[in-house]
Amino acid sequence: MTLLTTVFAAIICTIIWYRNAPKSQMKIGILCWMYWGASLMWLVDAVFEYAEIHDEYFTPAPIDMLNDFYLGLSVVALGLIIWLVILLAKDPKGVVKSVLFKKKI
Amino acid sequence: MACFLVPAAEAVITTVASKVMQSKESAPETVHISLDGSTVTEAVKTPFSKKLKWLNNLLWGGSALLAFEHVWHGEVVPWFPFLSAASNPSDAAEMLHEMSTAGVTMAVLVTVVWCGMLAVSNVIENRAVKSAALLPSSK
Repeated sequence: MTLLTTVFAAIICTIIWYRNAPKSQMKIGILCWMYWGASLMWLVDAVFEYAEIHDEYFTPAPIDMLNDFYLGLSVVALGLIIWLVILLAKDPKGVVKSVLFKKKI
Repeated sequence: MACFLVPAAEAVITTVASKVMQSKESAPETVHISLDGSTVTEAVKTPFSKKLKWLNNLLWGGSALLAFEHVWHGEVVPWFPFLSAASNPSDAAEMLHEMSTAGVTMAVLVTVVWCGMLAVSNVIENRAVKSAALLPSSK
């Protein structure tokens, strides 16, 4: 469920990136790289888990699914926080700078 | 247990490599390309150091989110030795086994995907250059 949540986040971010590229200054690419990287790594985790427990992998207990989904959403939220921090720190549109400095009249 | 450490270690190496390459790279090559098949524009080729940054981003991003998962499961702790499995030898052996299997596979898969991206980007670049060369305005 964590893998699935991250893959969906990666797909949505990639679509948003493609729609707005190359003019967008929102740095959505950061989210794409993060979510795709994590998805690939969790895919490996999933393959290893499948090799260990076989068919049981596809029939998880509802409580485990819920817990994994909760983790997936938390991971997506963490990714968004990292992106937001980078966006505000780099400030490509100069919004933060314009808040900090006022033009002299 | 600590599988994310392997891609994170690779990320450190590739980050250093991309910084070194960036400092040694000469001015990027200028080419004529066609993005839409009808007009020709002058553009610079993406240098390899920038493409290496794609791998850095995949590795750092993935490792960061996986590290969070390990914190969630109590496998990474905020006190020494920071990995709960490292506190006793049998768990440490299991951790090292997981790093050498799942961890290495993660690093390899991400690198293979990046190699695929390199191949596809080369094809797209070559196609754009060829397409510009065929247009009458480029002559």
